Amino acid sequence: MSSARLDVADVFRDEWPRLVARLVRDVGDVGLAEDAAQEAFVEAARRWPERGSPDVPAAWLLTTARRKAIDQLRRSKRLTDRLADLVVVEDGASVADGAETPGDLVDDQLALLLGCCHPALSFDAQVALTLRIVAGLSSAQIARAFFVSESTMTRRLTRSKSKIRATNLAFTRPDVATLHERLPAVSAIIYSIFTEGHASANAPTLVRGDLCDEAIWLGTLVHQLVPDDPEVSGLLALMLLIDARRATRTDEHGVPVRLAAQDRTGWDAAQISTGITTLANAYGARRGGPYQFQAAIAALHATAATFDDTDWAAIVRLYEVLLARQPSAVLGLNHAVAVSQRDGMAAGLRALELIERHEPFAEELADYPYFHSARGEMLAALNRSSEAVSAFDQALAACTNEAERTHLAVRIRELSPPNE
Amino acid sequence: MKFMLMLASDPSLEPTPDGPDFEAYMGEWAAYSAALEEIGALVGGEALQGAETATTVQVRDGERVVTDGPFIESKEVLGGFYLIDVADLDAALDWAARIPNARFGSVEVRPVMAFE
Repeated sequence: MSSARLDVADVFRDEWPRLVARLVRDVGDVGLAEDAAQEAFVEAARRWPERGSPDVPAAWLLTTARRKAIDQLRRSKRLTDRLADLVVVEDGASVADGAETPGDLVDDQLALLLGCCHPALSFDAQVALTLRIVAGLSSAQIARAFFVSESTMTRRLTRSKSKIRATNLAFTRPDVATLHERLPAVSAIIYSIFTEGHASANAPTLVRGDLCDEAIWLGTLVHQLVPDDPEVSGLLALMLLIDARRATRTDEHGVPVRLAAQDRTGWDAAQISTGITTLANAYGARRGGPYQFQAAIAALHATAATFDDTDWAAIVRLYEVLLARQPSAVLGLNHAVAVSQRDGMAAGLRALELIERHEPFAEELADYPYFHSARGEMLAALNRSSEAVSAFDQALAACTNEAERTHLAVRIRELSPPNE
Repeated sequence: MKFMLMLASDPSLEPTPDGPDFEAYMGEWAAYSAALEEIGALVGGEALQGAETATTVQVRDGERVVTDGPFIESKEVLGGFYLIDVADLDAALDWAARIPNARFGSVEVRPVMAFE
């Protein structure tokens, strides 16, 4: 045993998914693998401070977890055929035998990730499972992230694992076809975690950094496992580039700061650089996609010296490409804002009117606070203050985020004529 | 492990006996059953007669209640089932997708209860 004080917390991040992935392959049951891994880490937290951390933490954890799994299997009659296989492995293995080839490690973790995102599970279940099984968050942490009670989240996780067990939902090394079929779902889950972290609908603060960190960590993992997929790279680049602005998105009171007003020296230059490199590598595959286009827009913002120096024409063109592939209300809105920067506020207002008149979007936009506040900003810039105020009023009515609401109230006050 | 594949569809969407596509459609069903049998996965399966031939029975307060019709009135009706024995859910889903009327209706896939 090494005498170096390696903290369990230091290794947890990287070793958790590798351990769970390997155990799933060994015992064939996600719930059992998760419990065994959990117990192994608990024991590590107890033992390592006293005796020093092992030279090869992964091997120690695997051996410990396997022993826990065997104990559990002995108690449960249900899985006795697995027990025989596992005991053979255990008897024949030495501590150093925990190593597997890098290819195995990739395949097992991919199997884990793809299994958590199986379409037979509901989207909410996929998100919860990914955060629990792959990222190692506790049920309580996930519950807090999505504003449900811990018992609700525990139930959701238990039900998913029951369905996985009952249907023998396979966590096996994916073939190429399955991988490509499932990757969009994996990306959507990671992106939804990031979006919640980036602009929370329900939290008292606008930005929830811990969730952004989780999403970026997951995105990095997938990128390591599937380095050649341009959309996986695009997603990672997008998250890195947006998150690089985190420090300046709110002021010291938590009030949102508009992009135009953000202090760009506070943006994380190193993260921007990584994001751009990741995106540039994606282009090599010559297969465009929505995450790459969104990342390109984010890159244009991240590399512009000031708001006014931004290449708005390029951004408008990119939004048009995105809209052509898959029109949406939010994209239409962002496009209109870019148009207002390229062609002036009046043009921007006309662009807003156009999307509002598009039937499928009208209802969605009515409930979307950013639509109204974007209109408000354009009207304010044209000195049409009373119209701007009613737009911000509509934004306030639609807004559920406390920090945003405060910001909107301030804008309304700024634009309203002072009382006699 | 065993899965039941329950076929629900709107009969008005499927080829009818007097139509031009019917023979080819029946051929698809025969091929499907044969494919399952070939790999030893077919445990059972039947086509059901139309929903208009259904009768529903309930027992309430010790009394037997008999009503005309299926237990749920809907456009999509239960038309038949397959009982298959395959490795896992993904295999069952693949077979469900190959059922000839999966393109007209829905196939519910559920594992059969295994009693210890």
